[in-house]
Amino acid sequence: MTANRTVLAVLAWAWVVIPFLYGVWSLLQNVGALF
Amino acid sequence: MAGGFFDRSSIVAPPGWSRWLVPPAALAVHLGIGQAYAWSVLKAGLGQGLGLSGTATALPFQLAIVMLGLSAAFGGTMVERKGPRWAMFVSTVCFAAGFLISAGGIAIGQYWLVVVGYGFVGGIGLGIGYISPVSTLIKWFADRPGMATGIAIMGFGGGALIAQPVEKALLSGFGTSPAGLSQTFLVMGIGYAIFMSVGWLLVRVPADDWQPPNPPQASPGATGAGPAVSASTAIRLPQFWLLWIVLCFNVTAGIGILEKAQPIYQDFFATTGPGPTIAAAAGAFVSILSLANMLGRFVWSSTSDVVGRKNIYRMYLGVGALLYLVILLLGEGNKVIFLIASLLILSFYGAGFATIPAYLKDLFGTYQVGAIHGRLLTAWSAAGVLGPLIVNAVVEAQGDVAGPAKYTVSFSIMIGLLAVGFVANELIRPVDPQHYVPDSERGGVEDAGVKPSEEVSR
Repeated sequence: MTANRTVLAVLAWAWVVIPFLYGVWSLLQNVGALF
Repeated sequence: MAGGFFDRSSIVAPPGWSRWLVPPAALAVHLGIGQAYAWSVLKAGLGQGLGLSGTATALPFQLAIVMLGLSAAFGGTMVERKGPRWAMFVSTVCFAAGFLISAGGIAIGQYWLVVVGYGFVGGIGLGIGYISPVSTLIKWFADRPGMATGIAIMGFGGGALIAQPVEKALLSGFGTSPAGLSQTFLVMGIGYAIFMSVGWLLVRVPADDWQPPNPPQASPGATGAGPAVSASTAIRLPQFWLLWIVLCFNVTAGIGILEKAQPIYQDFFATTGPGPTIAAAAGAFVSILSLANMLGRFVWSSTSDVVGRKNIYRMYLGVGALLYLVILLLGEGNKVIFLIASLLILSFYGAGFATIPAYLKDLFGTYQVGAIHGRLLTAWSAAGVLGPLIVNAVVEAQGDVAGPAKYTVSFSIMIGLLAVGFVANELIRPVDPQHYVPDSERGGVEDAGVKPSEEVSR
């Protein structure tokens, strides 16, 4: 894979993973009440 | 020419293209349309701001889910023909347009436009978007189809996790007046149009001669190019309808808990603390179930690549039934057992969705797997009606029964349904090669030389 495609892959994964982690983090804020 | 940009031929991956660029494209679409499961936040805002009843504010979501099933079932063949870029583009336009039409409708005081916009137009975006990456992912990851579709369909579960805090923040910022609601829908429409566009810009299909690094091995003596069954033939075969039962009852069983998670928790642990503490814990229980639902899609679907599709559904259905039994017999007051069993049931629920495309690929091949998957999703629509109906009707019919005893009958019905699903899974056999389309009519990448019986019987 060329350098450009490596950059593209990093950006593409960041585009979906960052919002996803934000969603998981928001959800985990509530879970403490369970224990 | 504009049409060419969306053609399958214009998105054939050049040599050296990494297949790992395809899952983010699929996720951009699935994380977007997964917003549908966060409708409850917008629903509350609409109820508060426009003074509408719960029934009225549920309508856009209900219509969207109906349209999801219909557009996936009837649009599947066109999605296969036009290719994933076209399908992802249509999904993006419809889903974003649904929000924009709704924003306009709220602004001019016409609530029916929210129902038509989000429910009808947006619902078409849901259905087309849901099936859009499936066959492409299976072709790129013929060696690990369960993992590939698990990633995408996990995104559909994860979409609600992203949308919930965003919707809350927007409603808090703009307010729940008609103007504020309209602005919230407007921002979401624009936001999703941008977010999902990465999907159709990035997606590529493999070249005809492309092979995964570790292509599936042909069994000794295997001939031909593996299974390849058209969608119209597939729906006439018992394998399709047995899988329909498997999916429908697995989903129904999951909805049995998901639909009433909060009251179920409160009824099982009513005596373990003060009311507000139990209510907060019940809210946390709902959150952690969402996480299990989402993670199960990736973890169990990936596991199916190793243990085989039939075995993994034996676990979803057989172990799922036992877990319901465990909750009934041991769950009251025992938080650890109750939590472990519920989380596993919900992980199996999510995984049932995520693994089904790979099961279809094993049985029918990659030829029209997206279209067949679309038709199979009618089982989801049926389960969406059946699950809540069973749980609510049984609880209401029991009158003033209190505590966990409220759920004895409905959970017993779930165990029965899972048992029927288990039997249906056992009855699934490889498709007779007489139903395959001739080699000369096949297009795209196929799984060379893999005998269907090899994968299905595992």
